[in-house]
Amino acid sequence: MKKNIAININGVEHRAQVEPRLLLVHFLREVAGFTGTHIGCETSLCGACTVLLDGRAVKSCTVLAVQADGRSVTTIEGLAQGNRLHAIQEGFWEEHGLQCGYCTPGMIMCAHDLLERSATPTEQEIRQALDGNLCRCTGYQHIVNSVQAAARKLGKRKATRAVAAD
Amino acid sequence: MPRNGKANGKTNGKGSGHWIGQRFKRKEDPRLIQGISHYADDLRLPGMLHCAFVRSPHAHAVIRSLDTASARSVPGVVAVILAQDLEGVGNVPCAGVLPDLKTPAHPPLARERVRYVGEPVAAVVAEDMYAARDAAELVQVEYDPLPAVVDMEKALAKDADLVHQEFKTNVAYVHPLKNGDIKGAFKRANRIVKERLVNQRLAPVSMEPRGVVAQYLPGERTLTVWSSTQIPHLLKTQISLMLGLPETSVRVVTPEVGGGFGSKLNVYGEEAVVPWLASKLGRPVKWIETRRENMQATIHGRDQIAYLELALKRDGTILGLRARIHADLGAYYQLLTPVIPTLTALLITGCYKIPAVDIEITGVLTNKMATDAYRGAGRPEATYVIERMVDLAARELKMDPVEIRRKNFPKPTEFPYNTSTGVIYDSANYQMSLKRALDLAGYTKLRARQKAGWKQGKYYGIGLSTYVEICGMGPSSAMPAGGWESATVRVEPTGKVTVLTGASPHGQGQETTFAQLVADRFGLRPEDVAVIHGDTAAVPYGIGTFGSRATAVGGTAVYYATEKIKSKMSAIAAHLMGIKPDGLVFGNGKIATKDKKKSVGFGEVVSAAYMARTLPPGMEPGLEATHFFEPSNFTYPFGAHVCSVEVDPETGETKIEKYVAVDDCGNVINPLLVDGQIHGGIVQGLAQALYEEVIYNEDGQLVTGSLMDYALPKAVHQPQFVLDRTVTPSPVNPMGVKGVGEAGTIGSCPAVVNAVCDALSPLGIKHIDMPLKPEKVWRAIQKAQTPPAAGKRSRAQSRARRTA
Repeated sequence: MKKNIAININGVEHRAQVEPRLLLVHFLREVAGFTGTHIGCETSLCGACTVLLDGRAVKSCTVLAVQADGRSVTTIEGLAQGNRLHAIQEGFWEEHGLQCGYCTPGMIMCAHDLLERSATPTEQEIRQALDGNLCRCTGYQHIVNSVQAAARKLGKRKATRAVAAD
Repeated sequence: MPRNGKANGKTNGKGSGHWIGQRFKRKEDPRLIQGISHYADDLRLPGMLHCAFVRSPHAHAVIRSLDTASARSVPGVVAVILAQDLEGVGNVPCAGVLPDLKTPAHPPLARERVRYVGEPVAAVVAEDMYAARDAAELVQVEYDPLPAVVDMEKALAKDADLVHQEFKTNVAYVHPLKNGDIKGAFKRANRIVKERLVNQRLAPVSMEPRGVVAQYLPGERTLTVWSSTQIPHLLKTQISLMLGLPETSVRVVTPEVGGGFGSKLNVYGEEAVVPWLASKLGRPVKWIETRRENMQATIHGRDQIAYLELALKRDGTILGLRARIHADLGAYYQLLTPVIPTLTALLITGCYKIPAVDIEITGVLTNKMATDAYRGAGRPEATYVIERMVDLAARELKMDPVEIRRKNFPKPTEFPYNTSTGVIYDSANYQMSLKRALDLAGYTKLRARQKAGWKQGKYYGIGLSTYVEICGMGPSSAMPAGGWESATVRVEPTGKVTVLTGASPHGQGQETTFAQLVADRFGLRPEDVAVIHGDTAAVPYGIGTFGSRATAVGGTAVYYATEKIKSKMSAIAAHLMGIKPDGLVFGNGKIATKDKKKSVGFGEVVSAAYMARTLPPGMEPGLEATHFFEPSNFTYPFGAHVCSVEVDPETGETKIEKYVAVDDCGNVINPLLVDGQIHGGIVQGLAQALYEEVIYNEDGQLVTGSLMDYALPKAVHQPQFVLDRTVTPSPVNPMGVKGVGEAGTIGSCPAVVNAVCDALSPLGIKHIDMPLKPEKVWRAIQKAQTPPAAGKRSRAQSRARRTA
């Protein structure tokens, strides 16, 4: 019954023999030990378990681990580079985009997906993009501010890199 | 000017001195935004087992038989336990005491009967979670269903079915509160306004469900319980009582807690069963609640039906208030279940002078999950009913809702103000916050636009809510389990400061605000201060975080403990400088005379305290102080919210166009965090007004059992909130702080409902019960007369348009 799979998580391959019914989120948390991805509902409604699968945001409670076989996953633990936080993480810190922090990894991964597709989203686009992620603490306003701040930071970094490349 | 939401980056890192009032970035956040913190589910112990509960699918039934054989045969299953296995384990505790209260026994696992959907009947323990859940499904329970008591008003009938046979009634208690000449008030009244108002049942839904991990070490005879709780110390005491262990053998640790909103201000049966399993099996056991379990078996909030009568003079002066309130308690009590509705009575006069009250609260038992403290806990219910009644009265008297409010506010000079419900409002200026909110909202313009809109068939509404709330819980005389809070402040030999607080923050950010407070008092930087909480082995006994108390009570304890150390350090500094210790100033890492002519380094004084060679004669070495702060009164934050909406008569949908909140929580330690609390609070109140509702059907089946059916607010539904504040310090504590955790929720809910009812007033619609879902609003519009102002379009035409 069990199946051998290999999933690249945050740049490192993780191999395991798993039951076909094992959810990706349980693989990440229980098998690979990446507990930064949280479980809030198990029915794909709250978005706390959002990770990037080959760069796109997915709710890892509705993906089977076997479906991620041979693919790449980025979790919240894979965003910062050493001590340097990702711009979205900085945005959430500076704009007080979190309180209890439970929904935050999912929010950040979802925002990552948005900002990859759209560098300067409007407030409404941000709110739409976060539609599948629930937060019970912040009332969302500071989360929206956080994503806007992150977009500005990413824009600046891109501009700096472009200048450096010239 | 309304504030923007930006953190002041400059305040992080450099300089020293005034940290109170700074928009300081949270110290908690680096671990949270990197996913490297530890919630209960993230804990892993060697040999850990996983627990799953078998729960009742019936609202009311007799358990005929239980068969665990198939469950035990699942590979990996270690144990399956039933109620009879838990011999000697105590019942789930309730701290609420009221005269003639009928308190049902509440076993952690159901014995002969189940009384709500989700009541646990068995627990399964297995090597992994999948096996535990598989086996839980195989526990075969035969039930004989009984009629369920679902409707709290029908439950009051003489021939109603009973939740607990032994009481011969479903009435758990009747709580009266009378004061003033109520008969005279109603006799003298020119107008009496009556209404029935429903505060629907809500689910707290913290994003992290509950979770418990327990480990028993037989050699040390110590039980450690990691639980997602708001009250680690009270839980430790209760676990020791339920399990019959000496309290000195029990340690409770709160890992990172992913929100609570009151739902984790509790002691749940699982918090006895999981530690019991760990001690019996000799291996660590983990149980993490699923969202379905969370909807079924974590406490609910609100659920009151109020019959109100307001007696008024023609000019809008309120003379008296009668309230008959039915409160649905559910089938058993959790920690505070019966007392929550009594808080509604205390606050029911709101921020108005109402000289006579006659309130009667009836607690009713039903076959549902217990209600208990949910963000605001009894106070949002009070604010909602009084704010709706005042609006209804204004309409009846053809007054502006602003005018009737102003007419009945106490003057700022009347504080402390004694209410007829028996509480003493500490300090306020209701006129000021209302004026500020109206100015920010552009009230006059909104009214003008509304009138113009009505002529064009546009339904604009403006809703006000002027609220006061009871916070900083509270003086111990008024609390079921002590209302004080503890703090220990220790300056370590290297000059860094450790703060131990009995408060147990779970998202509020006290690791940051308490660090700001202590750094400010010592003249250090917040980075130099570490705040430890949520470990009963490390922190002196404390009460916890709820009732907007962490800063007002816990912070004040920190303040006083800091002052004790400052006084000792002043004495040492003076001794070292050879001067008198009076009036020394802490700042820039020094302790100096006022004229700054003489000073000694902070670190030098710390060294003196620990080296203990140069101390003043007779002084104890070390630099640690503990303070238990007992507040003399509650605190009473207040504010004014203005909400402008447009209701679409075609769909019944409400769009919030503008939302202004002016809140006064006294002095503010970190404005950024206060804004965050207000935003989140507003959305929870707004969600009660518009979306959220726990629904049980007539059989007592939970219809809203998942996030698919229970409508939580999403980002797209929310407007940008415009916030401002007034500052009226509380005289109850030296920092003048009041508390802010629940203000938004209390203020916002009536503002939204008032706005929608105001929008629909041309249709003659007086009131619609919450939640104001589009369908309900649409039906009310259909039922109402054809709009006079929008008369061009008849109902039939509207219908034709919709079907077209």
